[in-house]
Amino acid sequence: MSASQANGHAEGGTRLYLSVWAALLAMTMVEVVLAYIQLSVVLMLVILMGLSVIKAALIVAYFMHLRFESASLVWTLVPMWVMVTCLLFVFFPDSFRLFELRWP
Amino acid sequence: MAAAGVNQAGASLWGGGTSPYAISSKKLGMWLFIVSDALTFGTMLIAYSYVRVASEDWPTPFHFWPSIIVASIMTFCLLSSSITMVMAVAAAKEGKVSSAVRWIWFTILGGVLFLVLHANEWRELIHEGLRPFENPWGAPLFGGTFMALTGLHMLHVTIGVIVLGIMAAGLKRGRYTADHVEISGLYWHFVDLVWMFIFPLVYLLSVDRG
Repeated sequence: MSASQANGHAEGGTRLYLSVWAALLAMTMVEVVLAYIQLSVVLMLVILMGLSVIKAALIVAYFMHLRFESASLVWTLVPMWVMVTCLLFVFFPDSFRLFELRWP
Repeated sequence: MAAAGVNQAGASLWGGGTSPYAISSKKLGMWLFIVSDALTFGTMLIAYSYVRVASEDWPTPFHFWPSIIVASIMTFCLLSSSITMVMAVAAAKEGKVSSAVRWIWFTILGGVLFLVLHANEWRELIHEGLRPFENPWGAPLFGGTFMALTGLHMLHVTIGVIVLGIMAAGLKRGRYTADHVEISGLYWHFVDLVWMFIFPLVYLLSVDRG
């Protein structure tokens, strides 16, 4: 436990939460602008997903307070989700060759 | 983060510490629900991407006005309702019940605004001819994936609004504690988080560049 949690007060405080909120809004606006810039699909996907993962991490860490919970909780929740989601991508290459797989 | 392996009581986890996660069982339950729900949404987003990659002529029906502007406003509503939820949890923890209830009502307002804008968008798209398995623009499965994804998310927002309404009413009467507010806040932030993936993947990758 960190010292601030021991006295029962929530970590961060209003200013931290407001800056997280502002960062989330700024990243959303960057995403909207990106949608109207001609980029290759792959580059676009990488940037959009990268920004979304950062936004999700900010929400989970600060709004959902996971950064201030015990490490064992983080290790129980996050790797499980990442591993199962990665396993789902096992099927994904099929989508690129679905037309060749189709009968007849 | 806590020091490794030491819980609130100071006993080692390996020595049979009583509360390995140092949180209430209700909160752990909500976290486990959230992580399984995150898998559901992750699966649906992957399925959507799969169908999209495997289809020819994927529709791009989202014009800058009104679709993208309105979807951005919806994102703003959800993000802002998250920050008001944070304020509600903070107020509830400090024992300021009426302040917490007020912040919860602001959160509900953000959620309801989101739902109204989203339902209106569905109505317009359906009016333009969008159906689960056909549409006037291209790949027929667009409707099915769009409606399944955003529909399930809308259902989550609706449930969140109802839960928060019950919280606001119960908190006033002293039926619920700050813990309950925090746990419903966890759910609300999760609904916000899911939208952070639906918005770029469904909307921003399907903009109509004219």
